[in-house]
Amino acid sequence: MSMITQITMVAVVVAVTCALPGVFLVLRGTTMVSDAITHTVLLGIVLAFFITQDLRSPWLMIGATLVGVGTVWAIEALQQTKLLSNDAAIGIIFPLFFSIAIILITRYAGNVHLDVDAVLMGEVAFAPFRRFVFMGMDLGPRALWTMLVILILNSLFIFLFYKELKLTTFDAAFAAAVGFSPVLVHYGLMTLVSLTAVGAYDSVGSILVVGFMVGPPLAAYLLTDRLYIMIALSIVLAIVNSVVGVQLAFALDTTIAGMIATVTGFTTLLIFVLSPKKGLIKASLNRRRELKKIDRQIKQAQKS
Amino acid sequence: MIDQIVLLLNDYTFQVVALGTGFLGLLSGVIGTFATLRKESLLGDALSHAALPGIGIAFLLIQRKELSLLLLGAMIAGLLATLIIQVMSRKTVVKLDSALSLVLSSFFGLGLVILTAIQNNPNARQAGLSNFIFGQASAMLRRDVQLIAVVGSVLLMLVVLFWKEFKVFTFDPMFARTLGFSSKITETLLSTMIVITIILGLESVGVILISALLIGPSVAARQWTDRLSLMMIIAGVIGFISGVMGTFISSLAARIPTGPTIVVVVSFFVFISLFFSPKRGILANHFAYKKRQRAFMKQIRSLEEGKG
Repeated sequence: MSMITQITMVAVVVAVTCALPGVFLVLRGTTMVSDAITHTVLLGIVLAFFITQDLRSPWLMIGATLVGVGTVWAIEALQQTKLLSNDAAIGIIFPLFFSIAIILITRYAGNVHLDVDAVLMGEVAFAPFRRFVFMGMDLGPRALWTMLVILILNSLFIFLFYKELKLTTFDAAFAAAVGFSPVLVHYGLMTLVSLTAVGAYDSVGSILVVGFMVGPPLAAYLLTDRLYIMIALSIVLAIVNSVVGVQLAFALDTTIAGMIATVTGFTTLLIFVLSPKKGLIKASLNRRRELKKIDRQIKQAQKS
Repeated sequence: MIDQIVLLLNDYTFQVVALGTGFLGLLSGVIGTFATLRKESLLGDALSHAALPGIGIAFLLIQRKELSLLLLGAMIAGLLATLIIQVMSRKTVVKLDSALSLVLSSFFGLGLVILTAIQNNPNARQAGLSNFIFGQASAMLRRDVQLIAVVGSVLLMLVVLFWKEFKVFTFDPMFARTLGFSSKITETLLSTMIVITIILGLESVGVILISALLIGPSVAARQWTDRLSLMMIIAGVIGFISGVMGTFISSLAARIPTGPTIVVVVSFFVFISLFFSPKRGILANHFAYKKRQRAFMKQIRSLEEGKG
């Protein structure tokens, strides 16, 4: 397989894997929590790396995922004190965790093969160099396999708990009343978000992951009102964005992950403006029509 | 040990950097108060990330590392991001957090694209552009501190000048509108001030952590008072102390980055305030709860005794 095919495959799998939990993040309005998670898993990666001394260890992934879930817990604990607003709680926790991670990395930079830039920015272009060799057979880029496993986990979670996810997303109170636990579903979703962020960090870096999670679902949300269509559209958009992004990045000789994030932002903004259902143009036309209607009513009322 | 500290305190570089980060902390503490009270604290996070492509494009245009022009580019990008976020979250069904995340990551991605393209171009003058991502306080020069001091004073003067407008607009925008204050002008002015504060901090604290400086001091200050003026002063003081202390701690040993250290110090103040604030702190709350419990038990017991 050629280099660009392998890179495109990794990028597509990463994009789809991120878009799946992203659908529910967008609908629940908790995308900034996922932004916090993608920053704080860095602390998990660093701490786990100090213990395992191996960036490929599965324990590193598990440890980092736990820190991600811990972030959610810490943010919610702060929010429950009611001493600060919900978004301030996010803004307090994640820079703190992130700063500790940066201090640790910088402090022990000499004896740690862990590069801040690499973790933050990531680079899909290196993915084909890290091979997955099983029993002497070369099975392709390691990142592809890691992300495929996470993709299957994400799909299984959504498939198995579709009803629960849907119910707790749209009507948490009713869900709790009929016996589904919104808290359990919430933490399940957040665990997957953490795991996805950890899995994706060496391909796309921890800051851009959130764009991969939010962009396609947000665009899909602007196009449809049905959940399963939104999921399908998100997947399609994720694939299109990453394929176009990889091609553009190769043409311009620049960072692939950054390019995909840029393309994602561009397509989402385009759909935001043009969407026939909930787009900006449609919304302003609607508003104008409403105003005219009111004007007419007022005039009629004045006549009579 | 003490000799070392005295030596450090007399060190010129340390004095410059500490003064710079201190001013920066003060400024972001004061300006961040409005952002926190308006529940827009994460706007700072998105705007600081969004400034990155502005820096890149400005460099592409002028081909020099001229700080003031790079910061101008950053400011334009930041204001554009504010505009997109506000249009998205107000004119359509898109929620604020989705708009923030989308703008944050796509602008940052674009910034990385431009910076990487610049780096792939052999040009010796581009060195240090990536410092904007993490900031490099130790590289702060006298003129950087002067820039922060001058621009900061202008911003603080604006706060005093438009105190009434900002106050009424922060707590009751509807009421402000009925009084005839233009919400558009006030809002634009306020978000421009937030963007400028962020831009000033980009070089020293970096894109990712500057938002913590905006949020932390004001959240800590909020715990100690209910008055806006007092809250703003406390936030400024906490910001200043955090900047100086963070710089001090990071100068004590090699390889302790300044920006993240300042953030840890700010967070320390936040948690101290959350726990120990006498009026509404977590401990005070806990004791008040216990006291109510005891009083309630006593009542029940006296009722039981009365019966028996």
